[in-house]
Amino acid sequence: MPKKLDKVDVVVVGTGWSGGVVSAELAKAGYKVVALERGEDKSTKDYIGAKDELRYMSRKYIMQDLSLETITSRTDMDKTALPVRTQDEMMVGNNLGGSSVHWAGATYRWNPFEFEIRSEIEKRYGKDRIPEGSLLRDWGISYDEIEKYYDRWEKTAGISGEEDPIGAERSSEYPNPPTVETPNLRLFKDAAKELGYHPFQISSANVTQTYENPDGQMINQCQYCSYCTHYGCDFGAKSDPIVTVIPTAKETGNFELRTHAYARRVTYDGKKATGVIYVDMMTGQEYEQPADVVVLGAFTLANNRLLMMSQIGKPYDPKTKTGVIGRNFTGQFNITFLGAHGFFNDKKFNLHMGGGALGATFSDLTGEHIDNSKTDFLHGGGVEIRQYGDAPINNNMVPKGTPSWGKEWKEKSLFYANRHLTVWFTPGVLPWWHNYLDLDPTYKDTFGDPLLRVTNKYTDQDRNIAKYGIEKSKEIMEKMGADIVDVDEVPEEFDHVYNGAHYAGGVTMGEDPETSAVNTYLQMWDAENLFVVGASAMPHFGDRHPTATVGALAYRAAEGIEKYLKGDGGLLIKPKN
Amino acid sequence: MDRRKFIKNTGLVMGGVIGGSLFGGLLTNQFQSEPASKETVVEDDGKNARIFFNRKEDFDVLSAAVERIYPEDDNGPGAVWLGVPYFIDRQLAGEFGNNGKEYMQGPFKDINNSERYQSRLNRGDMMLEGLRTMNQVSLKKNNESFDKIEGEKQDEILAAFEEGKVKMKGASTESFFQLLRQMTIEGAYADPLYGGNRDMMGWKMREFPGPRPAYINEIESEEFVKHDPISLKDYQP
Repeated sequence: MPKKLDKVDVVVVGTGWSGGVVSAELAKAGYKVVALERGEDKSTKDYIGAKDELRYMSRKYIMQDLSLETITSRTDMDKTALPVRTQDEMMVGNNLGGSSVHWAGATYRWNPFEFEIRSEIEKRYGKDRIPEGSLLRDWGISYDEIEKYYDRWEKTAGISGEEDPIGAERSSEYPNPPTVETPNLRLFKDAAKELGYHPFQISSANVTQTYENPDGQMINQCQYCSYCTHYGCDFGAKSDPIVTVIPTAKETGNFELRTHAYARRVTYDGKKATGVIYVDMMTGQEYEQPADVVVLGAFTLANNRLLMMSQIGKPYDPKTKTGVIGRNFTGQFNITFLGAHGFFNDKKFNLHMGGGALGATFSDLTGEHIDNSKTDFLHGGGVEIRQYGDAPINNNMVPKGTPSWGKEWKEKSLFYANRHLTVWFTPGVLPWWHNYLDLDPTYKDTFGDPLLRVTNKYTDQDRNIAKYGIEKSKEIMEKMGADIVDVDEVPEEFDHVYNGAHYAGGVTMGEDPETSAVNTYLQMWDAENLFVVGASAMPHFGDRHPTATVGALAYRAAEGIEKYLKGDGGLLIKPKN
Repeated sequence: MDRRKFIKNTGLVMGGVIGGSLFGGLLTNQFQSEPASKETVVEDDGKNARIFFNRKEDFDVLSAAVERIYPEDDNGPGAVWLGVPYFIDRQLAGEFGNNGKEYMQGPFKDINNSERYQSRLNRGDMMLEGLRTMNQVSLKKNNESFDKIEGEKQDEILAAFEEGKVKMKGASTESFFQLLRQMTIEGAYADPLYGGNRDMMGWKMREFPGPRPAYINEIESEEFVKHDPISLKDYQP
């Protein structure tokens, strides 16, 4: 029997941007908040001197320990799913701050098109253009409605950016100036301009000047030291929950952080959530933490699994296409981020310098701006060049046809170490009836509970948009003057490698409880005091990186939870049907 | 001796050890104008001991294989000089080798899957089994152990393993080869604290400067900026 603790106002599972923002806002509003983090406590002190490629990038030091729990994966519902066993194949953040610590920091507001995608496609191209089997739908919220939450999150995070010349309207400028324009980024921008595009500097959570956010947290200036994506920041200069919302929550005196606290169930009386059952992994003791409001602010996969394990919400059944939990699963996998690789025989770039979000991009080919009446796919994508700061183990790009080891490989990989650039395409990903999440019938976690099972396969839509993106990336790379331009191949099938940390859906927001699990405050239709916050709420995957939208949705949810706690209960938004 | 001078000196000493070809490579970089010092301090002589590989014969096969994957050439030393076999030995003795953070619960349904890790073997077991299988192939084909045969013959066997043309117990030979290749590259380029990348020569060959605090004042440079590398030993506070 779990040991029952005293009731608190709010219990939050997860401490990334989702759990962190909600914790900070509610603690500031005077509510007693307990946050449960399955990993360790971390502070900037843990990451000082963390410039170790083997430990952080190759050995995934701050990622989930898969010996405790992983997922299983397959392409079709009639196949047996196999576990994703190694950290080489799986990347989900762990410890305080979650995936929001190892992230690169590239931030984009999603275009207005994304939030009303079905209506927009029907309006632009006709109703017949919605592919059969697609679960595409509007989100129930417009860009104009979500704008203020984007603005709030950007200020909390100190986003350093330049306005997209063809971007949606903003209520205010970025709080900090853009990152530096390096020679390789300039080469990309010049080529893009020549081709008629509107390039700009990627907005970044690698903060460009010492910054005090509205909550009084200080973020340092990014040094472009290159140890960024996959790492915690050496200088407290990459905006993450550890340097922003977590200390803000702590300073209120209303916030209690419990680390090594592995959530296993949400308790539920049929109408409301009553608390969370978790295990203290240091002692093995199981606890029940009752609360007036329960917030699941964990990663997409964990949010889904916790609801399934707790039997809250109707699970999605692909055979009947009914039910909601696990529905509309999408992600960016081996068919996204494809593009062109340029090798320069007479030019050397300072590729060992950089930052996670240092880069340039343009929006001309995104779903908002592209004309899908002439394409063999729907939606579009961003085109990017990045300067992450290449470390030697994981960056050994050689021209096609080079052997993968031996004398020639060594020679070419050394020669091109500082002479190659990549341009890639980040397509939007549509939801399909056959891509979903449920519980695996065979494989178990360390407690004996079923693992989450992913069923995900590609369609012609995915292959065609990838082909298009590769072709466009190639045109730019040729214009950039590379001596050799190689292009990525479009994979026929999903490789079951989860290394981009961009997975969404399963507990999606909407207006109709038949097709969505939560309303636009991320409040569950089936449990009015349970809010499920994170990329799990996204009904499809937009054509830009997801974090700013995750941050915006978290502020929206925090506002909803406060309304709920202040009011008389009930659903903040009534279902449409 | 200060750190900067030490780095330069060891670079030159190494040129002498390996031979003219390496020295030629070094002439194109920052060592060019430095005169050879007679009093050189070699901090790391490459000597080490094993903690994972019990049998020296297994370690000899490993050493021969990694040198073919990352050979000595005009750019500089190969995997053996860099300490890659000792790097692999240490890694396999620890969490990575015993799959400490991987999901190793059964049932194991597709152990020879070369695309996904579905083997019952942890990486240490897989490496040992793969090396021994390679040696058996060599003994059968050439009547000599893998480490004694000519480089080109070694390459033939490695290529057959890479392409999955040989069978081994518990995993595909493709998976074993990928592990061997991955760990060879790691050993050449990981921070020297792990036992490879001796004298940071892996980094020097590709002009990688190691962990440094800041590039904010140089990142906009049109020219390639060279730095003497430093390792975590000299970086961490």
